[in-house]
Amino acid sequence: MAMQEQSTVENDPKAGPLVVDVRDLSLTFKTSDGPVHALSDVNLQIEEGDFVSFIGPSGCGKTTMLRVIADLEQPTGGHITVNGVSPSQARMDRSYGYVFQASALYPWRNILRNVTLPLEIMGVPAAERRTRARRYLALVNLEGFEKKFPWQLSGGMQQRVSIARALCFEPALLLMDEPFGALDEIVRDHLNEQLLRLWEKTGKTVVFVTHSIPEAVFLSTKIIVMSPRPGRVIDVIDNDLPRRRTLDLRETPEFLKVAHRVRQGLRAGHSYDD
Amino acid sequence: MLVALALPLSGGEAAVGWRDAASVWPLMAPLVGVCAWLGWRGGVGAGQAGILVLAVAVGTMGALALLNEQAVAGRAASGFWLYILALWVAVWRGIDGIARFRSLDVRAQRLVNLVVPAAFGLWLIFLWEVVTVGFGVPQVLLPAPSMVADRFGGSLDILWADFRQTFLKAVIAGYVMGCGAGFVVAVLVDRVPFLQRGLLPLGNLVSALPIVGVAPIMVMWFGFDWPSKAAVVVIMTFFPMLVNTVTGLAAAGALERDLMRSYGAGYWPTLVKLRLPAALPFIFNALKINSTLALIGAIVAEFFGTPIVGMGFRISTEVGRLNVDMVWAEIALAALAGSTFYGLVALGERVTTFWHPSFRMQR
Repeated sequence: MAMQEQSTVENDPKAGPLVVDVRDLSLTFKTSDGPVHALSDVNLQIEEGDFVSFIGPSGCGKTTMLRVIADLEQPTGGHITVNGVSPSQARMDRSYGYVFQASALYPWRNILRNVTLPLEIMGVPAAERRTRARRYLALVNLEGFEKKFPWQLSGGMQQRVSIARALCFEPALLLMDEPFGALDEIVRDHLNEQLLRLWEKTGKTVVFVTHSIPEAVFLSTKIIVMSPRPGRVIDVIDNDLPRRRTLDLRETPEFLKVAHRVRQGLRAGHSYDD
Repeated sequence: MLVALALPLSGGEAAVGWRDAASVWPLMAPLVGVCAWLGWRGGVGAGQAGILVLAVAVGTMGALALLNEQAVAGRAASGFWLYILALWVAVWRGIDGIARFRSLDVRAQRLVNLVVPAAFGLWLIFLWEVVTVGFGVPQVLLPAPSMVADRFGGSLDILWADFRQTFLKAVIAGYVMGCGAGFVVAVLVDRVPFLQRGLLPLGNLVSALPIVGVAPIMVMWFGFDWPSKAAVVVIMTFFPMLVNTVTGLAAAGALERDLMRSYGAGYWPTLVKLRLPAALPFIFNALKINSTLALIGAIVAEFFGTPIVGMGFRISTEVGRLNVDMVWAEIALAALAGSTFYGLVALGERVTTFWHPSFRMQR
């Protein structure tokens, strides 16, 4: 098994180091109604610097996949490495930052102290905590809000704080679970553009979960289409649109072509199910 | 509305005419006139309402003077009660007007928020005084507030000694130990799952013990002095703290916990940085419940053996001697101490859980 993995990596000519490597992964939840196959035989390779989106209908296991990468869920079969080590080792190494569906900011901490929270846990000295938090708050365009409390900010601003919080300890990998799902479309478009700029600036590997086709096509270098019950990968689409993108891109034929392929993949997954 | 306000007032004036003129009436009539005049002009605005309440305050002085000087005590007739009724309507309108006052200035608003319950409380005490004296209620049944106040002022040294014995020693010590133990055990219960199944039901049992059964036993165990009362307080305060803290520790959301896990945070950082802050509203709930429970526990426990000092001791003996005014003075002291204690805890809550949705509006 290990040998086989080694050979695939070496045989791929253009591959950088693999940040996430998933082989035949499956996960079954035991419930009182019997087992639920959340993931089945998932194979997936994510290279450094990729922006990968999981897309699929609700319940297709895309969030579960992300949680397995983050070691918040244990797979029941198969093999997975994150940053070359097991997910739990990667978690203890603090090699990923996780952005949840809701901002999950702690209401008793002001914005600055919310961003310094992971640094406190990781034992970074106080002065450096503050300068780093300020730097990343500036990166998400939130200078001047350090003393505010989370509930005094809009939903979009809160989610930007949570992105700054995930970035401030400089993890290799950024995991985002429908981070803009609860926001209206105008704010969402704006944040998508900001996220792309951020990705360009930091060069992080991003794994992004969404159920919006335009969002996935606009952001990603690679789109993974999933289908539900059991959660499977039904298509992996390399998105060759130029890296420097603006919202206008969404009107171009190239964009629509990729979006069309995603939509077809999703449709195929559904007809299989019903 | 204005007519409704003015009518009872003029009715009051009319009632004055029925009675034989006495020396106090001329003194009161102008006050009533002021009330009526203000009523006619519409006492809706906050400022006017304030003047109205002030006028009523002067009017109540008149009524009290009447009770004392005119020997109306015990024989007050319809004119007097009509006058009280008129005052009542006026004070109702006045307080209503003040209560509706809304200001963007936080300090002014806070002042008004204090004035309304204070005025209302004073009015209730006034009614109590007027009714007990006016109807000549026997003081064993219900002494007038003035009598209680006299007794309160006249026996400050006894009250202070009782307060020190019951509150400063038994209540504070028991409260700190009971709440502290409840908190520590709750954290343990949360950490060790088998305790949650084994200890929590036992805790339930302890909380169901009747205090009147436990108190004599505690007196046997810990002697007559304050430690036995503190022990009763510990038993009373322990369980609310335990249950609330256990619930509070489970209050942090799944997302917030996952966040801590994603940072590779262990048990202690998660406890200190997430779960205890999230539990604070629950912990303060227990602290507030316990602040009143503790006082009740200590006072009741003193009925079962005590040195000759203490609030519970004083109440039980003075009732036997029919010194009801002293009993009421102790009750007033207990109310004062209890609500001050509660207020301090509530203040601490407001400072530390300012972020909770129930307090956010005030920032």
